Amino acid sequence: MAGIVGYGAFIPRNRIKTEEIARQWGKDPVAVRRGLLLEEKSVPGLDEDTITISVEAGRAALERAGIDPQRVGALYIGSESHPYAVKPSGTVVAEALGVGPEVHVADFEFACKAGTEAMFVALSLVESGRVEYALAIGADTSQGAPNDALEYSASAGGAAYLFGPRELLADVVETYSYTTDTPDFWRREGEFYPRHTGRFTGEPAYFRHVSTAARAILERAGLRPADFRYAVFHMPNGKFPLSVGAELGFTRQQLEPGWVVPTMGNTYSGSSPTGLAAALDVADPGDLVLITSFGSGAGSDAFVLRATELLLERRSRAPTVRSMLEGKRRYLTYGQYAKYREKILLNE
Amino acid sequence: MREVAVVSAGMTPFGELWRHSLRDLFVEASLEALRNARADSVDAVYVGNMSGGQFVGQEHLAPLLVDQLGFRGVAATRVESACASGGAALRAAFLDVASGMSDVVLAAGVEKMNDGADVTGVLASAADQEAEVYHGVTFPGLYAMIARAHMEQHGTTLEDLAAVSVKNHRHGALNPKAQFRQEVTLEQVMNSSLVADPLRLLHCSPVSDGAAAVLLCPLSRAKEFTDRPVRIRASGLATSSMALAERRDPAFLDAVRLSASRAYKMAGLSPSGIDVAEVHDCFSIAEICVIEALCFVEPGRGGQAARTGETALGGRLPVNPSGGLKSKGHPVGATGIAQVIEIFDQLRGAAGERQVADAAIGLTQNMGGSGASSVVHIFERV
Amino acid sequence: MPSPRYWREIPARYRLEAARCGGCGAILYPVRRICPACRGETFSPVKLSRRGKVITSTVIHAAPTEFQMEAPYAMAVVETPEGARLMVQVADCDLEEVVPGTEVTLEFRRIRKEGKGGILCYGHKAVPVR
Ligand SMILES: [Zn+2]
Repeated sequence: MAGIVGYGAFIPRNRIKTEEIARQWGKDPVAVRRGLLLEEKSVPGLDEDTITISVEAGRAALERAGIDPQRVGALYIGSESHPYAVKPSGTVVAEALGVGPEVHVADFEFACKAGTEAMFVALSLVESGRVEYALAIGADTSQGAPNDALEYSASAGGAAYLFGPRELLADVVETYSYTTDTPDFWRREGEFYPRHTGRFTGEPAYFRHVSTAARAILERAGLRPADFRYAVFHMPNGKFPLSVGAELGFTRQQLEPGWVVPTMGNTYSGSSPTGLAAALDVADPGDLVLITSFGSGAGSDAFVLRATELLLERRSRAPTVRSMLEGKRRYLTYGQYAKYREKILLNE
Repeated sequence: MREVAVVSAGMTPFGELWRHSLRDLFVEASLEALRNARADSVDAVYVGNMSGGQFVGQEHLAPLLVDQLGFRGVAATRVESACASGGAALRAAFLDVASGMSDVVLAAGVEKMNDGADVTGVLASAADQEAEVYHGVTFPGLYAMIARAHMEQHGTTLEDLAAVSVKNHRHGALNPKAQFRQEVTLEQVMNSSLVADPLRLLHCSPVSDGAAAVLLCPLSRAKEFTDRPVRIRASGLATSSMALAERRDPAFLDAVRLSASRAYKMAGLSPSGIDVAEVHDCFSIAEICVIEALCFVEPGRGGQAARTGETALGGRLPVNPSGGLKSKGHPVGATGIAQVIEIFDQLRGAAGERQVADAAIGLTQNMGGSGASSVVHIFERV
Repeated sequence: MPSPRYWREIPARYRLEAARCGGCGAILYPVRRICPACRGETFSPVKLSRRGKVITSTVIHAAPTEFQMEAPYAMAVVETPEGARLMVQVADCDLEEVVPGTEVTLEFRRIRKEGKGGILCYGHKAVPVR
């Protein structure tokens, strides 16, 4: 039976406060913070991108698994900020991790659910027996247009999941995917910032897909919300995951450990995978964890996982998500942030 | 080996010489050297130049320059050893004459740095591209790391570093060819803008244009060209690791020590026999490390030498009476030859206000990169 | 950085692959054909630990053109537990805290990029341990 044999996350150390962005655009900082339930977000350094974040998260996953990287037969990176438009992120990451060259590598893109998409494929390949181990990474250095609601949330980080056949840190109990064509958010080729449809991204997009996927996987697995210790829903802002969780019947206690968005922001493809990592950081053996992603366009992937005894032993081999969120941080002014995110027009 | 003499010298002023091209500079300095010796032909020319290719887009300098000098056909070679190119050209010329292959040889150095190139980037190509430049290091950065290691190990202070600049500017103020003919105070140095911590702008030699040339011949023929020749008593060349990280002690310049030992041995002299020296102070810390490696002072004591006046004009062993690279200027390929010219003048009693009384033996030390190559020459009044 | 040159250096830059000299035990990073210490020619592969301590350091204020956006930035010579010494940038630090003796880890970072359209060049930077 295939499952998670290693996991790891990486969050850049730069932060910007929600208030700092709000002040820049003449918005009421308190109202914005309360409205979105966002305190601050991570910002990539000038030297950080989806590739570097993926390498660090991947290294942590391999540390926790304790396996020879040469046994990894597939590596998938889900992101909407692959640094190259053409040329895979995965090849750099594989070489850096010491994976391959006998490895199947692909970059995935499906807005914010590209990470769980990679997880779904990696798991399936291990289950089928085609590869022994498969590494799936969701990472992003998200862009939100200046003075857009997305600017308060779009952040940087990612998480990696290594799937394998034995010595599992978490069993995969059930999976479910739900996809429709819903143009709520997109970025055309050559455009710098994504565009979205405002309130249309809510009910018909996020809420419909997440709640349908979550209800379906519970039904398939024959489980009720009360059976779970933790539940993680994609976190485009602070509010949406709490709302959908409450609607489905989950409590704040079940949601909060994986609700990393208030201090991390929305790491797009890395969002729900990093929330899951935060839940695994504190889960006890036997605990059930639900994760449901959402990617605009639109779709949701859901997984039901059960923590094993081995998780306790392996956890300490890499830093926890909370330690990265609460560790040494550097707060940026909006000016520094604009420079770091390359929003300032320069001479070549 | 034949005895070899320096019989004449020529040099352009050093500075931002916007109106002069690389070839203009070379011709001006070389012509002066030839005219001073009343020489109208040479057997060979060696041109020290670090990076004509990157600074002005011109490689293959030797034929171009001798042709410009009216010597089409003459044997000519460009010599490159980064900032030690001039010293290395002198050594090549010295060997040519000493071996008996050539009699009258011109050793020149030239660099045209102010011509629109990214100077920091060009200079960085004298560091290890793979191990150092890739990561964004600069030359001030490499010497700053040397400085910090020296401060850590020996207690060298920021005042010690600044004192080197103060001393060399005081010397350079007396040199009509210097780029910066003004004195600076300790406060000015210590408050100048940071380039690479702990090195500030006034710890760094400037970006300069300039050329220098000397004429060499067998000592036996020297009187044909001058009544006051200077004999080259020794030439020592040595190398070390390119990458600073690979040196066990980053604050010690082993190539300098090795090149000096070879020169002292060849001359049959000890460091105490030197009356005056021109050394490679591309940064203030470099002079400190170099005088230690030349055994002018005990290891770790280089920092005190400038502050106590030991190495100033009038001190125990004047170092860089010309103003050094710091004040005179540092057109990289020309520097090694310009050092020779200062010692040539000193040993002939022709250094004017900068004259070191009764100087009989002089030394030049010219180095490339962060000290990966070093060439030392010892000269004697005849 | 031309692509072929970058490509040749990938094992050292991405995986910190080094070599231990069979003759004298010296660590060579990056690998070479001949040991500079003993001229030995037999080596065993070693992967450097991603940690070390600062031997010496600086803060670059006047940066090369490609690094001007990042200036001022700290640089250091870092010694790994194997004894290899690397020249690296120091990231995510207070510039004043990077001094001889500072403990660091080595993280995967983008080191440079060739303008807007060229290749992206990766490698390691040091980050102070706290
Ligand atoms: Zn050896």
